Parts: sequence; structure tokens; C-alpha cells
Amino acid sequence: MESDDDFMSVASSADDFLDTQASDDESLGEVDFGDDFDGGFSKDKDIIATSRKPYEVDFKVLNPDDIDREQNRQINEVSSILSLPPESSAILLRYGRWNREKLIEGYMDHPEETLEEAGLGTNFEGTPKTEVVPGFVCEICCEDGDNLETYAMRCGHRFCVDCYRHYLAQKIREEGEAARIECPGDGCNMIVDSKSLSLLVTPRLKERYYTLLQRTYVDDKENLKWCPAPNCEYAVDCQVKQRDLRRIVPTVECNCKHHFCFGCTLNDHQPAPCQLVRMWLKKCEDDSETANWISANTKECPRCHSTIEKNGGCNHMTCRKCKHEFCWMCMGLWSEHGTSWYNCNRYEEKSGSEARTAQAKSRASLERYLHYYNRYANHEQSAKLDKDLFLKTEKKMTSLQSQSGLSWIEVQFLDTASQALQQCRQTLKWTYAFAYYLARNNLTEIFEDNQKDLEMAVENLSEMFEKPVPELANLKVDILDKTAYCNKRRVILLSDTAENLKNGEWSFNVDW
Amino acid sequence: MFAGKRLSKELLKMKEHLPPGISIAKSENLEEWQMDIQVLDENPLYQNQVYRLKFTFSSKYPIEPPEVQFIELSSTSETPRPIPIHPHIYSNGIICLDLLSSAGWSPVQTVESVCMSIQSMLTANTRDERPPGDSDFVSYNRRRPRDINFFYDDDNV
Repeated sequence: MESDDDFMSVASSADDFLDTQASDDESLGEVDFGDDFDGGFSKDKDIIATSRKPYEVDFKVLNPDDIDREQNRQINEVSSILSLPPESSAILLRYGRWNREKLIEGYMDHPEETLEEAGLGTNFEGTPKTEVVPGFVCEICCEDGDNLETYAMRCGHRFCVDCYRHYLAQKIREEGEAARIECPGDGCNMIVDSKSLSLLVTPRLKERYYTLLQRTYVDDKENLKWCPAPNCEYAVDCQVKQRDLRRIVPTVECNCKHHFCFGCTLNDHQPAPCQLVRMWLKKCEDDSETANWISANTKECPRCHSTIEKNGGCNHMTCRKCKHEFCWMCMGLWSEHGTSWYNCNRYEEKSGSEARTAQAKSRASLERYLHYYNRYANHEQSAKLDKDLFLKTEKKMTSLQSQSGLSWIEVQFLDTASQALQQCRQTLKWTYAFAYYLARNNLTEIFEDNQKDLEMAVENLSEMFEKPVPELANLKVDILDKTAYCNKRRVILLSDTAENLKNGEWSFNVDW
Repeated sequence: MFAGKRLSKELLKMKEHLPPGISIAKSENLEEWQMDIQVLDENPLYQNQVYRLKFTFSSKYPIEPPEVQFIELSSTSETPRPIPIHPHIYSNGIICLDLLSSAGWSPVQTVESVCMSIQSMLTANTRDERPPGDSDFVSYNRRRPRDINFFYDDDNV
């Protein structure tokens, strides 16, 4: 059982972790200050330092209005610094992928070139309007009527309004483009600005355009990611960089309750780092079923280690590849079998036992993988069953209310327990993928102890949880205790792994 | 809707004048045309050959690019038309050219300008080879050219 002292030591070392983190950030600030000048979402280290656990990261959830506001704030700021109209600033910022400092610097040094490259050219002021030009023939539709309304941006490529409109509709609706729609003219890189766009398209399309524009803002910024949950409109702001992912597993929780990894946007995969998760998933996709079958149905040639399936016939095997002749039963040389054809009743001759040792070694790596895979898959399966569990819980809560006379608030412990179970299983699942890539040392012993403790706690709680409804009321205190214990074990496991990861203490059996 | 008018105008113009090495093979309707092209210089890869391009237009042409590919007419036919060898042309006639993708297309392009681009793409080529993975692509591909996401990774050919 974990003492309070142990728990305190975890908390105090959390502060060390944060100190290094804070100083890291300052040194980063000198390299690319673009991120630090974002303002608005900047974190307050002092407040969070007191509450954060080693495996947690600072983040903020933004709703669509927040994103809009932040975008406009930056556009207006750049607009006043460079004294450019907001439309042009917006194009410049989107062109420069919202790296404000770099953009301003670039503009100060070479205003003309920057504008040209961003598709703005010179002379960007003034209100765009459509015109009737005598003798004009539209290059797109070949229309040449006398009253044909036409439009051209500053690049001078003039088309009829109808064609322009269709072109923009195609780009926005069919191709999902927004920030980088170019002039329809061949080889012209002039970007269609929002003023021109407003003049030409229908209000509905304009709405779509702004939605897409807003998306490019989040897509372009390294510190912003969309919540991957279906239909979720929130974005998460987090300062963890791609290069930090070797040392941190940045798990965030959206306002929609979805937990996901900020690094790779997959579901919460603590304690395994993103890169290992990617390798593991790839391996499972490629290997797991095949490996299972191979392990169950094949042996290896004792000489060249080709995998061989015995699909019938006698025990006298001749390897197709290296022509080695051996006995399927004892794996020994066939030549030693003398006259006992088709049958092996020999007991432990030297060549046979050596061959089996060699084979055992190569099989061991397969077995090792399957060991971790089976446990991983088991927790994954259980996590899937959690959905049913959750629904059952709700039913249980209702029937418990009616059967035991407990109030709604008094049966909430079941909901809490169910959520704890789900979360712990999710963590356990990834501990197995993580462990697969760990090289053995003292740290892995501690890790496995933590893993075992959490697993036992989870299984205990799970068992209680499935008791018939009438018994549940009496188990309330036990379940509450176990739930708290599970959560605590999870915190300990994650804190331990996160700190070792942060400090580069783990050694791995793969390069990543 | 505007495809019709635009295509009739293009046809009218092409019937008046076409650059050397390009000619109309079929243009009975406004959905599919066929064009013959020839490489005019001494390039040994394409000497004395005529190639047939098939253009398929959607109703959104020219806002949307046309679908363009080479088609083969057997060597025993009156007008034999092989598929030209080129590192960006698959042996089933599908062409990997960014000009023909929605991102590379400009509505100002015409059938004539596309033919000229493909003609010069052949003229400039010296490599007697198909794209990598040609045989796999040809046997497995069931998609239409417009639905394939090509990677335009090679700007040299």
C-alpha cells in the first residue's frame, strides 16, 4: 500500500520538473520568439505550477469565437504596425503562416518583395468594384455582351463576374480552398483577397469561406490543434512543440470531454510517447494476426531459420531453402535418426537440443511481442466494453435509486467508478505498448510493479462493479475506496514514467 | 451550361488555325473530343508516330479541368495510335501532369493549350521509360484520372 509520504515525494519532484520546463521555455524564446509574442493564450506558470502533475501539460480550450477574436486581434495589430489595410494584413499573415515577427521583419526589410510573394502586388488600397469594359471578351466563357459585368484584381486579369463567381465557388466548395485561392489567370499567383471575394460570391459561400479561413488559422499555428472528436468545434492551445515529444506525452482534455494527445491527436496514449505509439500501431497492423498464426503453426529450419509450416506428411523435413534435413519432432539432424523412419522416439540427442535452443531464442522474440500485444489488446477490448458498461451503469444507478432508497446524488459513485475504470484501462493498455520497447533495467522493475499494482486495483474494482444491484448499495464505501485507489495508482504510474521520460532516464530497445 | 458555348468557340477557332503537329480527330459532341498530336523535332523516341488524346469535359468546364488521357488504337487499324513512352505517362494512357489537376488548372487554359503542353512534354523527354510502378498501377487502378492524387514530385521532365 502506498504511504502518504511516497505520494508527497512525487508531488515535490513535480516542482523540479516544472522548473526545468520553465527555463527551457525561456531559452526557446530567444530562438524563435514568434511563438512567445502570440499573447492572449500565454500561460501563467505560477498558477499552474502548484496544481500540475508531472504528466500533465498546460493547455487552453478555445471555442470558435475565441479563435475568431484572436485572429482579428493579430490582424489588426499587424495592420497598425505596418499601416496596411486589414484585408492585406490578413493575406500577409496567412501567407506567412501566422509567424508575426518574421513577417513584420520581412516586410520592414523588403516591403515590395513581401507583398509580391504574398500575392498582393503594389497598389492594394481602394475598394474593389466590378466594371463594364467595352469590347471585352471573357477568356473563360468567351462571352462578349455589351453590358457584361467584369472584374479584375490588381494583376489586371479580367474575367466576367459570372465566371469569376463560378471559379471561386469551385475552389471554395469543391476544393475546400480559402487562404490561397489564386487569380484564375494562367500562372498568376495573385491571391484573391477577402474584399474581392465579398464582392463576388453569395453570402452562403462567404460563410463557408470564413469557416475555411478560420481553419487555416488553426492548421497553420503549431500551438493550436482541432479537437479530433466528431462534430467538435473547439481547438486546443498548447505550447508543447514537435521536438518536445520525445520527452513529453502532452495529453489534453477538450471541453467536449474528449481526451487526446496534442502531439499526434490520437486518443490519450499516456505513458507511451507518440513515436513509440506510431511504431506500435504499425507493428500491430502488420504483424499481430500473422505473428499469432506463425507462433501457433510453424517451426523454423534449425539451420537457416526459414519459417516452415508442416502441412501434412512425415517428420522427415527437407528445408526448401537450404536443403537442410531435420526431424520435425525433435528438430535434430535427420541423419542421426538411423532407421526410425517417419517417427521420432529419440530422447535428447545433442544436435536436437541445440537446434531447439536456437529456435527457442528466435521464437522468444515473437512470444515477447505476443505477450505485450495480448495484454494491450485485452485492455483495448475492455475499454471498448466500457461503452456498454457505462450504459449499464446508468441503468444500475436508476434501479439502485428505486431499490435502496438512495438519492440520485448518492448513486453518483457508480458513475465515478465507471469513469475511473475506463481511464485506467486506457492507461494500462498503453503501458504494455510502452513496455514492449523498454530495455530492461532497474527502472523497468519499478515500472512493472506500478503496472501490476494498477492492474490489480483495476481488476478488483471491475469485479465489484459487476456485482448484482442489491449488493451494490452495501459496497458503496468499498467501491469509493477502490476508485480512489485506482486513480491514485494511475497518478503514481504516470508521474513516474513521465518524470523518467522528461529526464531521459528510460533506455529503449529501439531507436526512435 | 457554359461548357457548351466555350467549347463551340474553341472548336471554331481550332478549325481556323492549329499549331503544327496538332489536329482534331473527333469533335462531334461537346462531351468528348479526340485530338492527334505529333512530336515535330528529331526526338528518336517519338519519330514518325501520331498519338491520340481523349478529352472528356464536365458541365463545369472550363472551371473544372477536362479529363485528358492517351488512348491506344491497334497497330493493325487504319490509324494506329500507340501510347507514347514517357516517365509521366502510364502504359494505360493516364498522364501525370499537374496542369490537369484542379490545383494546377487555370480556366484560361484551352484544349489547344493542353495539347501544346503535352506536345512539349514529349519533345523535352529523353528517357525511354514508364513511371515507376507502372505495371502495378495499370493492373490495379480502377479510378478515373481526376480522382487520383498524383504527387508532382519531378519537375525535370
